[in-house]
Amino acid sequence: MSTLVPLPVVLPLLGAALTLLLGSRPWTQRTVSVGCLSASLVVAVVLLVQAYREGPLVMQIGGWPAPVGIVLVADQLAALMLVVSSAVTLCVLLYSIGQGQAETGESSPVVIFHPTYLVLTAGVCNAFLAGDLFNLFVGFEMLLAASFVLITLNGTAPRIRTGSTYVVVNVLASMIFLISVGLVYAATGTLNLAQLTARLDALPDGVRLSLQLMLLVAFGIKAAVFPLSAWLPDSYPTAPAPVTAVFAGLLTKVGVYAIIRTQTLLFPGQQAGELLMVAAGLTMLVGILGAVAQSDIKRLLSFTLVSHIGYMIFGVGLSTVAGLVGAIFYVVHHITIQTTLFLISGLVEQRAGSTDLRRLGGLARLAPMVGVLFFVSAMNLAGIPPFSGFLGKLGLLQAGVAAGGPLPWTLVAVGTVTSLLTLYVASRVWNIAFWRSPCETVAPTARLPALMVGATVALVALGVALTVVAGPLFEYTGRAATDLIERTPYVRAVLPGEAS
Amino acid sequence: MSAGANLVSFVTIGVLVGCGVTLLLERSLSRVLLGVILIGNGVNLLIVFGGRAGEPPVVGVGDESAMSDALPQAMVLTAIVITFGFTAFLLAISYRSWYLTGDDEVPDDIEDREIVRRAARREVSAADLASEPAVADPQQVDAPAPPREEDRG
Repeated sequence: MSTLVPLPVVLPLLGAALTLLLGSRPWTQRTVSVGCLSASLVVAVVLLVQAYREGPLVMQIGGWPAPVGIVLVADQLAALMLVVSSAVTLCVLLYSIGQGQAETGESSPVVIFHPTYLVLTAGVCNAFLAGDLFNLFVGFEMLLAASFVLITLNGTAPRIRTGSTYVVVNVLASMIFLISVGLVYAATGTLNLAQLTARLDALPDGVRLSLQLMLLVAFGIKAAVFPLSAWLPDSYPTAPAPVTAVFAGLLTKVGVYAIIRTQTLLFPGQQAGELLMVAAGLTMLVGILGAVAQSDIKRLLSFTLVSHIGYMIFGVGLSTVAGLVGAIFYVVHHITIQTTLFLISGLVEQRAGSTDLRRLGGLARLAPMVGVLFFVSAMNLAGIPPFSGFLGKLGLLQAGVAAGGPLPWTLVAVGTVTSLLTLYVASRVWNIAFWRSPCETVAPTARLPALMVGATVALVALGVALTVVAGPLFEYTGRAATDLIERTPYVRAVLPGEAS
Repeated sequence: MSAGANLVSFVTIGVLVGCGVTLLLERSLSRVLLGVILIGNGVNLLIVFGGRAGEPPVVGVGDESAMSDALPQAMVLTAIVITFGFTAFLLAISYRSWYLTGDDEVPDDIEDREIVRRAARREVSAADLASEPAVADPQQVDAPAPPREEDRG
């Protein structure tokens, strides 16, 4: 079964090569992309089932045994991430195909979109599967290089402006990551995550803490944790809607995933827990207060994205099993819901020609379907029972209460306030864009392509389905979190000889 | 036989990264690009010095215990390729920016400045518009708050 492990990386890369060659035949190109991503979704589901039944699946690339060669590891956390990201990328791809049929002129799709998008997917999957720090770095670079192209698609002036900020900030983050990789190697002589668990424990506390903090800064920039988050709301909103959606859903979560992986596997214990919790609280508050001030739906959503990253970091900072369970569940929920909301803002833009709240109005009558989709998703994000947003937040708050102490209690309070403010922001958008009397200048002619609406409906349904399967999902994330805290299942799977 | 890590190498790394960071703080994208190149070179040097120095790492040529560590060198090759690709992309963006605007300066976040300006003038925020119909021209929102606000209070 472990031969399946590299497929989520290999399939999109092969697809990228094929679609690059098929640039002159749009329909064949689209079929190949959809086929690749559907196949990797199926593979991811099989991996999930296998990882649940038999523990981590390991693939030694090239037949070199673990500490020397490159390993790809699909444990329960990685497999869950793969399934969610594959499902989301597939839906967004369908949406972008629908949008491509409808759009013409300057914003029309370019030939390079499909190959780049597939490379992005391969990079995300590689980061999830990476069994050593350098391969994680390579995964990050793959997805970054693809995201640079996607965020400056068509090369219009606003996209170049925001793209330059995005590129420079992320290149800097990569440099910091690379410095930490170099330092980790210099200190321990290995980059294999499983081998690092033992070797890092043997290091002096000061050295280990500085390595941990370097990695946290690098991943914190990618995940947009508060003091390092200012680049995100500036750069995301100008990109095309499907691109923004997949960035918002996946790219920041790859950063969160890297934080979860390194904090639990390499640096267990409370050393940076308090720092993470303070950062988490500030991320929640600053993000949501930023969202309150915005008057453009896409920018407003970017700020809520930053804000809700705080919930996941809070769960990681608690460093308890319950905290991790909540964090992993929240990552799954948030990937789905944030992508959905950005897709819906794309539908709004398609229908009304703008996402500026000052120009919008009366959308509930103009496009009732979009209204329903937005309402369900926005309530899900804000954490209204019985949606998965409520369950995720409840899990995290319970973990905070169980941990006890002044800092976790403060975070519980901040989390509740953030949730309420998210509700305020969501209802504000609803009141202004959907309920107030419409502006005469909105052209009532534009029809929404069925494929765009269909893909969005599928994602909304996935978000609601998370509520339905919340019980099994919590059980699954519980086992994943226990394995993460124990560390031995991962180490034993990668290095069978050195089981401790 | 190379000398391995010594003070000169670390000072070189420090100077490269330091100059790079200074350039990174500039507004002009071409200077930022030079900064990225300098930092990239500094980091690559750092990784090379992270491994053991010694003889060429070819099995069968020399004493294996005296060989240098080949892994950081392999990693640096990857890192050089990646930095090269990013440099090319930044150059392309810088050129495109110059082509579009005649300049390669990176301006501030436009919307943010707009919000700060409105806040400084204590103008109507979009939140207060819920009861009013939408306007065709967003500039109208920037008009000072209507007097009925005070009447209510």
